[in-house]
Amino acid sequence: MSVSEFMQHLANGTSLGSLYALMAIGYTMVYGILRLINFAHGDIFMIGAYLTYYGIVYTSLPWWAVFILAPVLTGIMGLILEKLAYKPLRGSPRITVLISAIGASFLLQNLGTLVFGGRPKAFPIPKMLSGTLKIGGVSIAVISIVIPIITIILLLTLTFIIQKTKTGMAMRALSKDFETASLMGININKVISTTFFLGSFLAAVGGIMWGIKYPQLVPLMGVVPGLKCFIAAVIGGIGNITGAVIGGFILGLGEILIIAFLPTLTGYRDAFAFVLLIIILLVKPTGLMGERQAEKV
Amino acid sequence: MKNNNLIKSLIIIGLTIIALIVMNKFLDSYLKRIVNLCAIYIILGLSMNLINGFTGLFTLGHAGFMAIGAYTVAILTMPVAMKEMNFYMKPMVPFLLNLKMLEIPFLPPAASEFLWFIFALLMGGLLAALCGFLIGAPVLKLTDDYLAIATLGFSEIIRIVFTNTQSITNGALGLKGIPPRNHLLWAWSFAILTIIFMYSLMSSSYGKALKSIREDEVAARSMGINLFKHKVLSFSIGSFFAGVGGGLLAVSIGTIDPALFKFSLTFNILLIVVLGGMGNIKGTAISAIIITVAMEALRFLDEPINIGPIHTNALPGLRMVVFSLILMIVIIFKKDNVFKSTLQKARGRYAKDR
Amino acid sequence: MLKIDNITMKFGGVVAVNQFNASISKGEIVGLIGPNGAGKTTIFNMITGVYKPTLGSIIYEVNENEEDITGLRPDKIAKLGICRTFQNIRLFKELTVMDNVFIGNHLRLDSGVFSAVLRLPKYRSEEREQFEKSRYLLEKVGLYEERDEKAFSLPYGKQRRLEIARALATDPKLLLLDEPAAGMNPQETQDLMEFIVDIKKEFKLTIFLIEHHMEVVMGICERIYVLDHGILIKEGNPLEIQNDQKVIEAYLGVE
Repeated sequence: MSVSEFMQHLANGTSLGSLYALMAIGYTMVYGILRLINFAHGDIFMIGAYLTYYGIVYTSLPWWAVFILAPVLTGIMGLILEKLAYKPLRGSPRITVLISAIGASFLLQNLGTLVFGGRPKAFPIPKMLSGTLKIGGVSIAVISIVIPIITIILLLTLTFIIQKTKTGMAMRALSKDFETASLMGININKVISTTFFLGSFLAAVGGIMWGIKYPQLVPLMGVVPGLKCFIAAVIGGIGNITGAVIGGFILGLGEILIIAFLPTLTGYRDAFAFVLLIIILLVKPTGLMGERQAEKV
Repeated sequence: MKNNNLIKSLIIIGLTIIALIVMNKFLDSYLKRIVNLCAIYIILGLSMNLINGFTGLFTLGHAGFMAIGAYTVAILTMPVAMKEMNFYMKPMVPFLLNLKMLEIPFLPPAASEFLWFIFALLMGGLLAALCGFLIGAPVLKLTDDYLAIATLGFSEIIRIVFTNTQSITNGALGLKGIPPRNHLLWAWSFAILTIIFMYSLMSSSYGKALKSIREDEVAARSMGINLFKHKVLSFSIGSFFAGVGGGLLAVSIGTIDPALFKFSLTFNILLIVVLGGMGNIKGTAISAIIITVAMEALRFLDEPINIGPIHTNALPGLRMVVFSLILMIVIIFKKDNVFKSTLQKARGRYAKDR
Repeated sequence: MLKIDNITMKFGGVVAVNQFNASISKGEIVGLIGPNGAGKTTIFNMITGVYKPTLGSIIYEVNENEEDITGLRPDKIAKLGICRTFQNIRLFKELTVMDNVFIGNHLRLDSGVFSAVLRLPKYRSEEREQFEKSRYLLEKVGLYEERDEKAFSLPYGKQRRLEIARALATDPKLLLLDEPAAGMNPQETQDLMEFIVDIKKEFKLTIFLIEHHMEVVMGICERIYVLDHGILIKEGNPLEIQNDQKVIEAYLGVE
């Protein structure tokens, strides 16, 4: 493999990793607070992409406005999802809520098929973001550079929100000790809503960039990335945001580079994440950055 | 009293068999397929309920085990010529290609075929059970949602492997022309046997031990129950029946490909189990029939509607929207009742005292 | 029968039990007392394999065989004949009273799962024995009438007795009781004491118990270990314990 080819793969893997990271954050934040795998998160990502599609194709808004508006709307949808599918089940066995989440995921997928149609839609890519750059003989897609930059900006913003704002502090408190924190006068509903909003917002941004990178939208587009990003969150240590980002990059880079070096494995690309998941669960179930919780008898 | 129950069960089984024979004679092939699917989903629902409902292990890998059973049965029962026709992209491994029915001496061919098919189904089940055993050994130490995601992962891995091992499974093209076994008594005999097996297992000491694991793992192991052994046992038996169900599905629909065994198949079974009640044998059997029939009956939702002056376009997706809603409504409004006896205790509750 | 040698249990930086030593002889009733949070249940958890001690060893002697059971799996320890009850009652709540006891005897079952499903003769005779045993134990603890009730529907005191019956169903040689009299009124406590002495005699048990009710400890225990902040502060017979300055301080606090 030539150096320039390798650099291309690296850029490709980094941008894929960034996308995984954006989505993994949503899983990890929700799991941190509610101990719930939000199965519908991948479908929220799909909805973010579709909303953007409709915004650009059917309204006269400039593309950048749609790129901001669509994630906000998706965030609100995420928040509504929590109110309808998860909130009524607080205090129920965890598995019950997990089943509700699986139901919600299927509901969104099929609503997607119903409303958006099952046929693939071509994502309208803004001119500015298409094309390739040539850097020292290596041609790299513009989007492969834009994605990591946007990811970093969003991550810094998120870190600020979590570390410095009151809601962010409440989030951290809830994920450390739900019971105690809720007795301390924290408005649980508000914090949970914020969590879902932020997670869904990031997923939608991921969806938009996914659409630019792989410009074909189908209602089931969120399923596989959704599972993989949950896996990324587990690899990093679920509940830990830094871990989710690291997990996302490990997965994105790993997936691309393994195929780059061993092209015979191309067909097994989607299996990589699952194999990694199982190895991690067996070797270090708490993930790379997770903490262990002792069982009380 | 015990004898009374036995007599009652025998009468029910007898009537069912008569009804099946009558139906087999008069129903058209479409309706027969639905009746067959009911039996297959009973087997699948019960096998998932054994793992999820009775033992309290939340697993989502059923589609994968079904795929193993389905492919095993297909490869064992398809004639060599049919296999050659299927594998036009890449030839099949000669060993598998030449696998064919053993003619048993002194038996009429029909009897040989009969026995061979049963052998194929059992092989499908056993291979699925073996996979269940191998997979279960490492992952059953995980709990709750980790176990769910790990088993889902395995099921996906199986599917991806089947898509890529072209010379064994014919890859994404799938297998067509699996010799059909449409007589209703096939699938239903296995369904009835599965029901009897589950009743017998769950009322035995082993079944009770499985339930105790669901109730309280810490107490169960302190009472000398080897958690690992019993969990693997439950998981392997469940996988066995999933494999048998997959095999029956293959001979009922005649065509299989990896896309058939996606997570949505597991979802259907989960729907049956949740509706029928976790840890409820009778409920699962009834809900399997209801869901299967409803899935077919509501197919019209996906199609264009023309009732008098009302015309709508085809609405693909509407049917599954309805089923997802049913699942969510059941789970939200029945809440704990769905798990009548499941999973409260030490496992912690969602966002309360975890 | 049981030799506990210098066991220590650390959780992260917290030392829950520090170098605890004890030995129990066959046929004794031994008490373990101490203020809340002293590490008593942690010791039970180490003996029964729920926790693996950070340091130290636990030697179990049965039929003249010495066996190191330190860190062994709980089900293996139960099979060797050590069984327990739990401080915060851990019955199989949704199962019937009968099933709870029945499951206790599952570990002695020889037949495999297929002989159970097919109801082969060997399994059937084993099951009959298992059932008879459960029935006897339920009669013993006075719960036979309630055999078909779900365990959670029993009143508290009966749940405690059911837990003991379940533990007895495992055929233990050493029985660990974690606060058996918790939440009982004086009459129930009195009955419980007689019951413990009675089962000890009938099943040839050795009993190690944690208890806060002093009348129980002083009434039936032959020897007592006192634990405070994870450290053994005194060992002796009831009389010695009652008059020990250190023990009194541990309970009443000291200025």
